[in-house]
Order: sequence, then C-alpha cells, then structure tokens
Amino acid sequence: MAGTALRGRLTWQVAQVLAVAVETASVRTIMLDVPNWPGHQAGQHVDIRLTDEDNYVAERSYSIASAPGEPVALTVERLDDGEVSPYLTDELRAGDELELRGPIGGYFVWEPNDGGPLLLLAGGSGIVPLRSILRHRERTGSTVPVRLLYSSRTLDDVIYRSELDKPAVGVEVVHTLTRHQPPGWSGYARRVDAALLAEVAWPASTMPLAYVCGPTSFVEAASQALVQSGYPPQRVKTERFGGTGGT
Amino acid sequence: MDAVDGNAIGGLLHELFGTEMTTSISVCGACGSARQVGELAVYAHAPGTVVRCRSCDGVLMVFVKIGDRTCVDLLGLASLG
Repeated sequence: MAGTALRGRLTWQVAQVLAVAVETASVRTIMLDVPNWPGHQAGQHVDIRLTDEDNYVAERSYSIASAPGEPVALTVERLDDGEVSPYLTDELRAGDELELRGPIGGYFVWEPNDGGPLLLLAGGSGIVPLRSILRHRERTGSTVPVRLLYSSRTLDDVIYRSELDKPAVGVEVVHTLTRHQPPGWSGYARRVDAALLAEVAWPASTMPLAYVCGPTSFVEAASQALVQSGYPPQRVKTERFGGTGGT
Repeated sequence: MDAVDGNAIGGLLHELFGTEMTTSISVCGACGSARQVGELAVYAHAPGTVVRCRSCDGVLMVFVKIGDRTCVDLLGLASLG
C-alpha cells in the first residue's frame, strides 16, 4: 500500500509520471514525481511493483538515472520477454501512476569524498547508475578524474549519447561497439576484456575506484580482468543485472 | 541461471530487517568468507530467492514469499551485521 515514507523504513508509495523521453529504440527515461522522496545517492535503485487486475504482482529493480537533488528519473530497457519493462517503455504516459519503493542500496554508490580516479565500465543499460554518478560529480564540482568505457552493440544503442558526446572537464568517454560500427568509426569494436582494459583502464598503481555495471557475463569478465591487473577486489564495485543484455 | 548481486535484494532485505543491509558484513558459515551483502551472489529466479557465497558457493540465505508472508532461512550464515 502507498504510505508516507518514514525515516528508516522502506514503504511502497505511488509516484506520478511527469514525462517519458525516448533514449533509443528500446530504451526510455521516465521522469517521476515522488511525494516525500527522501533523496538518493548516486548509484542507488528503486523497486517497481506492477499489479494486474487478477492481483498478480511483479517486482523489478531499476537504477536511478538522475543525480542526487534532481527529480527521480529511471531509464528502462525493454526486454521483449519481460513482464515489467514492456509496460514501462511502451505503455506508460505522463500523468500515469507507478508504485515504487526506494531509494535502495548502499553498496554500489559513489560520493565525491570516495575519491578516485574513477573507472566506470558500462555494458548496455548498465550505463544508468554510472550516469547518475557522472551527473553527481559534475553537480558537486568534483574534479576526480573519470574514464568511462561503455560497451554497446551499435551506435544507435548508445544511451545518453548526446550527453556523453559532451563530457564534463576531467571525464573521458570511450565507446566500444561490439556488433556493428558505422563507416569511419574510430572507436573500439570489440568486447571488453583484459587486453582492452589494459589500454583504457587507469593503472592499478593510481589506486583507482571502479564501478562495473551490466549483464552478468559482462560484469564477470570486466571485474575479473581488473582484479587480475592488480585492482584490489574491494575497489571494484559490481552491479550485475542478469541476462545477456545489449553489450 | 545467471546470478545478480546482493544489491538486487536491497529492497527485500530492507523490508525484512527494517534497515539498509547491502553494506552489512555477512560471514559465510561454511568457509568464513566475510563480504558485504551487496557483493553476494543472488539467484532470484528459483522458486525462492537464494543467496550464495562468492567464495565457496555455499547457500547463505533463502527467502520464499508465500502470499503476504516471507519465509527466511539464514542458517548458512555465521554472522550478519
């Protein structure tokens, strides 16, 4: 049931959809008005609950795409066999209501005083919590150096493309397109592995802090390669969302 | 089936324990490995939710929802907190 979010408790509440923005053919960003939102940290998520007319309930977690201090925004990729995401990406309209609870999670979060240099590794829609981190860094005036390596299938699958084309000072954005590259593509065209990370990642000697988010196989490969290259495991934060996703 | 991270059950754990749990330290009852809950391996597609140790693959926690009730089995843990 919807209720007032008491401090320290996590309660379901009803949010209203303010707007829905098209990111790619299969990805939408949903801007929400959440009454009594207690504020969130960069990297946290919310749980969404859908209930059908037979009272069948489906719950899923979605990362928050906006920075702390901004209205809650969720970026959702449609999974064709999904129970929840096709409704969120195809049916939801401004003015609709959505049941959610959050913010959730203290593990995959970044605050400016956590320092860096930051290495952000995104596979497909794994970019979403990392975008929150990037915006938070910019809004707080942090000068922590950042390298983002973002793996997508094709250029058209790149989420937040226009935003990432104009990164803030101190942020380097490196793309790799694993399935198809446009003519004249000068970026990488292969999967993220130890060899690619050796070219792109901060050397372990600089004591970087890494956040890796994407499908399970992507996160396993990337995080294992980082640890093998000398990153301390506790400096490699991971968020696997299962499946094979769009990397 | 692919495992996700303990972070994915942050909402469920918060509901059950009344506080943020993903940064709590869990100690595996089988191998003694100490990790933050957010790092653990979560299999969410079983009939229940199964949480396993990333070091020895031992079962640490099982959650099964039946109607409005959630059955919680923490027997695989040496400690949590």
